[in-house]
Amino acid sequence: MKKYILDLKVVENSSPHPRYCLLKLTHNSELPEMLPGQFAEIRIDGSKNTFLRRPISINYVDYERNEVWFLVAKVGEGTKTLAEIQSGRTVNVILPLGNGFTPLSSPKQKILLVGGGVGIAPLLYYGKCLNDLGAKPTFLLGAKRACDLLELDYFHELGTVYTTTEDGSMGEKGFVTQHSILNQIRFDRISACGPKPMMVSVARFAKTAGIECEVSLENKMACGVGACLCCVENTTEGHKCVCKDGPVFNINDLLWQI
Amino acid sequence: MADLSVKIGSLELKNPVMTASGTFGYGKEFEDFINLEELGGIIVKGTTLNHREGNAYPRMVETPSGMLNCVGLQNKGVDYFCNHIYPEIKDINTNIIVNVSGSTVEDYVATAERINELEKIPAIELNISCPNVKSGGMAFGVTNEGASEVVKAVRKVYKKTLIVKLSPNVTDIAGIAKAVEASGADSVSLINTLMGMVIDIEKQEPMLSINTGGLSGPAIRPVAVRMVWQVAKSVKIPVVGLGGIMNAHDAIEFFMAGASAIEIGTANFIDPAVTIKVKKGINDWLDSHGCKSILDIVGSLKDN
Repeated sequence: MKKYILDLKVVENSSPHPRYCLLKLTHNSELPEMLPGQFAEIRIDGSKNTFLRRPISINYVDYERNEVWFLVAKVGEGTKTLAEIQSGRTVNVILPLGNGFTPLSSPKQKILLVGGGVGIAPLLYYGKCLNDLGAKPTFLLGAKRACDLLELDYFHELGTVYTTTEDGSMGEKGFVTQHSILNQIRFDRISACGPKPMMVSVARFAKTAGIECEVSLENKMACGVGACLCCVENTTEGHKCVCKDGPVFNINDLLWQI
Repeated sequence: MADLSVKIGSLELKNPVMTASGTFGYGKEFEDFINLEELGGIIVKGTTLNHREGNAYPRMVETPSGMLNCVGLQNKGVDYFCNHIYPEIKDINTNIIVNVSGSTVEDYVATAERINELEKIPAIELNISCPNVKSGGMAFGVTNEGASEVVKAVRKVYKKTLIVKLSPNVTDIAGIAKAVEASGADSVSLINTLMGMVIDIEKQEPMLSINTGGLSGPAIRPVAVRMVWQVAKSVKIPVVGLGGIMNAHDAIEFFMAGASAIEIGTANFIDPAVTIKVKKGINDWLDSHGCKSILDIVGSLKDN
């Protein structure tokens, strides 16, 4: 897919949670096609200690409003600067980057999308695209507390939503891999995005149950286009770039100890 | 419109803007962003005799105005390059230059011999300055004897333009440049990355998998300009300057310090179209200062 360097305009930059911002951007001409699971490299202007772009998952694309959304965890100075950008300002973005989730072989396939923390971000757009193809995904979203579960209203519009929280304030108490739904429904595919220990745990469950499973990785990267070879992950075919060959990988291709 | 063409040995560049090895892949990674044929040259990823997996992750850490990397020359080896990558890039109408590295003199020679056979590769950049490999690499580039030995050996088998990429991790870079010139190099390029380190103070561990890495980006630019200035005064062969160039202003500093051409590296990560902007900016500067040719400013610096 052709990649673009675009100056996008901030439509809205809200803070649905003290640790996250939701950045909605638009363009004066039609946004390019983006696939669920792909990401953008966002340039951070006005942050004196931020040199590189920040790779951020595409959270949602609203083609009718010509908007692309990014749900950003405020991790360091760069992402905190991004969270402070006012409406009307421009943000320089390179997109779409990487490979998305593998399309379903049939809309009748039962797919479970598992998200943890800010890892829920790509699953919203993925859910929307699955809906467009006539598929009805099941979401399993986990967080520490109820207030840490974001965009739940949107997820409910796209499929059945199950949640876990570590303190039990919403859904089942515990981690996503402990949720009872995993023993009740036999899924054909699981796609996961979240902290590495969560994804390893999901991968272990999927492998044991013989379910096809994809995970979306977020290794530290510089270029985002497969040039610098910094963001490599060990795979059955040697080092692969998360930015270009991923960020979505089939768990069978990874050398995780699961 | 000023004349931007320059010569590096027998290599003719339509303009002096090239891409630095390891920052531009094999060029194809950037074809959505720029017309590759507008570049003076593309120096492709470091190539070794055999396949190298490179170092373990993590390989990169951001630093003030720059970054450290310890990729460690990951590449699929010279045969793969010749058989699979070369056919894909050989018809791009610019100079495709291969960066050659190795662990032993024999490795360098064997790799250079293979590249010498490739009709559409007019030059190699001999990398005696990679700080991220255990053997070879920078080990050759930090002594006059080591640099001479590998350059002489490669010169015997490599018939086209031989550029030697120098390490800044030395006491006397002009001395190394002179040794390389005397051993038959057509040009020197400098600087490769400066060795550096970043520590995670909570874990009390280095941030990179092999502890240290090479620092690049604008943080190193003043060091690079100084070294280009010192080297250009010491050798007769043309100097290619690189190190933290982000825009045309930065590039012009290098020309004035004595560089005949420049390479852009880390800046490609922040703006994949930066090379073309630098080329245009150089031309605009020359035009606005009444210069007919880029040669008007090569080494034009008036020392204090």
